[in-house]
Amino acid sequence: MNSRTVIRTKNLTKRFGSFVAVNHISFEVSAGEIFGFLGANGAGKTTAMRMLCGLSRPTEGEAEIAGFDVYRQQEKIKKNIGYMSQKFSLYEDLTVYENIRFFGGIYGLRPRALKEKSKALISRLGLENESNKLVRSLPLGWKQKLAFSVAVIHDPGIVFLDEPTGGVDPITRRQFWDLIYEAAGRGITVFVSTHYMDEAEYFNRLSIMVDGEIAALDSPSALKQKYHAASMDEVFFELARRAVRQSDEP
Amino acid sequence: MRTILFLLQKEFRQIFRNPSILRVILIMPVVQLLIIPLAADYEIKNINLSVVDHDHSSYSQKLTAKILSSGYFRLNDFSPSFNKSFSEFQKDNSDLILEIPSGFEKDLVRENKAGLFIAVNAINGMKAVAGSAYLSGIISDFNAEILMEWTPPVHPASVAGIQVVPSLWFNPGQTYRFFMVPGVLVILVTMVGAYLCALNIVKEKETGTIEQINVTPVKKHHFILGKLIPFWVIGVFSFSLGLFVIARFVYGIVPAGSLLLLYLFLSVYLVAVLGFGLLVSTYSATQQQAMSLSFFSMTVFILMSGLFTPVESMPVWAQWIARCNPVTYFMEVIRMIVLKGSTFPDIRHHFLIVILFGTVFNVWAILHYRKTV
Repeated sequence: MNSRTVIRTKNLTKRFGSFVAVNHISFEVSAGEIFGFLGANGAGKTTAMRMLCGLSRPTEGEAEIAGFDVYRQQEKIKKNIGYMSQKFSLYEDLTVYENIRFFGGIYGLRPRALKEKSKALISRLGLENESNKLVRSLPLGWKQKLAFSVAVIHDPGIVFLDEPTGGVDPITRRQFWDLIYEAAGRGITVFVSTHYMDEAEYFNRLSIMVDGEIAALDSPSALKQKYHAASMDEVFFELARRAVRQSDEP
Repeated sequence: MRTILFLLQKEFRQIFRNPSILRVILIMPVVQLLIIPLAADYEIKNINLSVVDHDHSSYSQKLTAKILSSGYFRLNDFSPSFNKSFSEFQKDNSDLILEIPSGFEKDLVRENKAGLFIAVNAINGMKAVAGSAYLSGIISDFNAEILMEWTPPVHPASVAGIQVVPSLWFNPGQTYRFFMVPGVLVILVTMVGAYLCALNIVKEKETGTIEQINVTPVKKHHFILGKLIPFWVIGVFSFSLGLFVIARFVYGIVPAGSLLLLYLFLSVYLVAVLGFGLLVSTYSATQQQAMSLSFFSMTVFILMSGLFTPVESMPVWAQWIARCNPVTYFMEVIRMIVLKGSTFPDIRHHFLIVILFGTVFNVWAILHYRKTV
């Protein structure tokens, strides 16, 4: 793994009024890593991720994504990242093929590349028979896989996945992780948030957020050692028990 | 440039797949134009009349017959006493009471003058004024006829004083529909433009797809153009459907002025209206919010536009509101072009103002639309 840093944050903070959603988080992610962002609902994962994607302006602190500043170079960041939100957000009233072409097109893929990529993507997902069906008619698992593939259609340096496997069955989750590994194999840095602890083992490194702060950050094995735990579940409970916040994210 | 083409392709696909939008585009012009101009007619007819005739003479009968044959009145009751008629008044069955006193004919013949009494139910001011004016007109006609009968004219000029003969321009038949149809067309494009545009963008907010666009390098103005152009096309289409199909074939309205000028104005006007829709969408998070916001403003826009009541007869403060309403300007322009055949110099002022509206709404919307919140 090369050690070029692609995500660097320092004291990144987001406040909504008096509520501190994300509290001075600092971390670095290297190119090609599969980096996990774990935490209970309301821990601040989505807010943090939205700041990194340039969707939300930080209240204070610094962050650099793919070498660009989150305050001044949001548009440059957007060229270099992919994002898959918690809520499925491809167009339900367009077909699989039309969605792929649309997002590929607005990311500026040339016509030939667009055609080849669309074809390759459809065959990789095994959606040949569904490519002309409206996305609305697909089962959730397929939608999620499609959304992920669309998020990396322009070969971004980094892809942000916000709870991509929420509500998906175990087999599809497994397949989803295969897609993630495949993308990482192509050199894409993958930044994933999840609250499934069984997925924690898939990460190269992971951070655990509690009440808007990063409570722990290391590789899964190092964390287990540190907290004398047999599984990541135990590590998480050990940390999450200290949480004060109850409510969901604003 | 390619980005816009992708955005437009996507937008048109979604529009043609959405039956409710298609219904709005195709059915709304037809229904609005067929119903409103025919129903919302200011010519007052069917005024319910109570007649109290204490005289029972041939002249009183002649007068009553003349009033009823005018076509504006409907005889509600023929009562023996005023009080009886008044109870019809109170039940709201009657709008006007004509009381003919006993001795009406006698006074008329002997003393050459007689009195009549009219009571008006003034709850609906319009109807009251029009009703009593019609009735007075018919009575004075009746009066003139009697005069002619009794005094054979020695000199025609000795009877008539000053006679005023109006010459009606631009709408010689004073057909109310010719006044209303162009106005309804304006309301139509305003509603189609503002509602569809606002709801469309807010729908993307609701489903979260706008966020997926916001993390792409799509530029703000590309995204907005990608929304404005399709709804601009739809607005022009709805307008043309109304103008060339309904207005022409149902009402026989053929614009007196230049079509090119009309469409030029429409183009600019639509940009302003769509800008307004855009603005509404940037201030709403849900389709419900967008709906109530645009419903509220549309009601004010439409009622203050001079569609029904002339702006000139509003109080001064209300005229100021009407002047801050883009709909007012198109309302004036369309009637000027379609009925009067006005040319560019006549509407230059309107043009400039609508361009100003378009600029303000759109710039405001673009500044307020944020990819990063």
